[in-house]
Amino acid sequence: MIFLVLLRRLAEMVFVLFSISVLVFLIFFATPGADPAARIAGRGASPATLAAVRHAFGLDQPLPVQYGLMMKHLFITQDLTSFVNPGQLVIPAVLQAVPVTLSLVFGAAVIWLIFAVAIGVTAAALRGSVIDRSLMFLAMAGVSMPVFWLGEVANLITQARFHNTVLFSWVPALGYVPLTQNPLLWFKSLVIPWTVLAVTYIGLYSRVLRANLVEALTEDYIRTARAKGLSERQVIFRHALRMSLITLVSMFGLDFGALVGGGALLIEVVCALPGVGMLTYQALQNLDLPFIMATVMYGAIFIVAANTVVDMLYLLIDPRARGAR
Amino acid sequence: MLLDVQNLSISFRTPRGLLPVVEDVSFQLAESEILAIVGESGSGKSLTALSIMRLITDPNAIITGKILFKGEDILTLKEPAMRRLRGGAMAMIFQDPMTALTPVYTIGAQIVEQIRIHTKLPTWQARLRAESLLAAMGIADAQQISRRFPHQLSGGMRQRVMIAMALSCSPALLIADEPTTALDVTVQAQILELLLKLRKEFNSSILLITHDMGIVAQTADRVAVMYAGRIAESGATGDIFAHPMHPYTAGLLAAIPQLHGPRINAFSAIPGAPPAPHEKPAGCAFAPRCAYRIAVCAERPPLLHGPFRQVACFRAGEVA
Repeated sequence: MIFLVLLRRLAEMVFVLFSISVLVFLIFFATPGADPAARIAGRGASPATLAAVRHAFGLDQPLPVQYGLMMKHLFITQDLTSFVNPGQLVIPAVLQAVPVTLSLVFGAAVIWLIFAVAIGVTAAALRGSVIDRSLMFLAMAGVSMPVFWLGEVANLITQARFHNTVLFSWVPALGYVPLTQNPLLWFKSLVIPWTVLAVTYIGLYSRVLRANLVEALTEDYIRTARAKGLSERQVIFRHALRMSLITLVSMFGLDFGALVGGGALLIEVVCALPGVGMLTYQALQNLDLPFIMATVMYGAIFIVAANTVVDMLYLLIDPRARGAR
Repeated sequence: MLLDVQNLSISFRTPRGLLPVVEDVSFQLAESEILAIVGESGSGKSLTALSIMRLITDPNAIITGKILFKGEDILTLKEPAMRRLRGGAMAMIFQDPMTALTPVYTIGAQIVEQIRIHTKLPTWQARLRAESLLAAMGIADAQQISRRFPHQLSGGMRQRVMIAMALSCSPALLIADEPTTALDVTVQAQILELLLKLRKEFNSSILLITHDMGIVAQTADRVAVMYAGRIAESGATGDIFAHPMHPYTAGLLAAIPQLHGPRINAFSAIPGAPPAPHEKPAGCAFAPRCAYRIAVCAERPPLLHGPFRQVACFRAGEVA
């Protein structure tokens, strides 16, 4: 039973990934005016050079063959090289960037979940009060601040203006230190990016959670829970919050997948973290097609995988979904 | 006397001013007695029930009067003391069993949760007790059912689960708010029979809230008829059914469909509709719909009077 579900999921994943790869390939290789050879050869290259480049990179072959070759180099032989820096292997570069992005997103996710649950539950428990309203105002402010702007402001404060004060003298220079090399420095260098990335999500999640909890608290089963003699705290945590988790978990899975899949691009660029987002950003800047292809495929794999995990978790936390398929 | 409600009034603060929903309601409930509170929707019967459990959470509600439970006024109890009563000495079952259970926990876990609040039983013993309760509710294969989730059970089954849960800590008072309204007719009869059986076995007093005179006739020892937030008439079930003294009660009884004889349209038995709380007349709230009304009815509300049989009507003796 569960095996069949997984198998079907896997087939769906393969189909989605195939479609994405074709789409991305067509956008960069077959869009009118998008001649990869012209970009590789550089500005003002002679027709002879262009032809040579075209032949050297296999760009004179029919599109399906080109697509097949790229997929073969990407997935089977895994020796796809950059168009911009000839000889640079794509796959190892991506694999090297993954731990950076994972470190960033994991830490931020821990922070945003803890704060969002704390704020959402507090606001819902004190609904209608001044505390509720001010928390929700702060959350709205958090959602409204774009991450790249907040990141720059944080950098300005911690790296420049107040770097020499007691408050921020511990903040290391921008960049990434691997966890295996120096755990303390890893932590220190990520605290600011984690916080900056988490702010938007704390705002969003706490607002969604509060709305969910307030709605759940009007349900009949909450009245039953109260009638059983549970305290308000038990009612909220065991019954209302448990029900709201169903929404929150599916939201979290998708956001987490999207961020690990490259959605953390802005914060990575602002905080100079060499993650997958940064790699995508650089590849897009000089239109390095193999890199674009690889990072997009990596992102797609992650998002589709996150979706699958969410669906599985859904079955775990909502018994009503189990019988439904 | 197990429960003694004295001059209970419930009103709500609204932008339009105070909205009186329940006014000056008094009634008593003895040990192992079944009292039915009958009324149309909006008559304040459910709010009365909820106020006994102190489950009215609306911060704009104002509750006055006394609710003496075993001689103690529960309206003045502190919240922790009230929590010990709720689900322990007094329990409540609700109208719609489809939504009254938390969807993500098994039946057994939800009953165990209540047992564990009020007793010191370890989980495994609470689990056994939950299963034996389910079996006592006429659920075959209780052990299996206790592992199911609410959505896997029918409405009748869920109401049995609700009753099992309510009885799990042997409450002295069971409040049943329209326990059969959401169920099929055949299941209705089973649930009512179950309630009657339980009164004998568990010796609980039952406060039955309903709008159905048929259910009252089958189950209740005494009846209190509510209209627009006040008690119109109360007394022993047999007396009320044989000789209704309030025109409203008489109308309700006339509206019961008969098996034999001419068919009556239940909705035309009493013309008009009850007044909304903010539109209540100065006099008797039923006067605008009443065939017996006289001049004084519009001037002041009639008082509930009488020792065993209480009626709030100026012409109580003349209704036949």
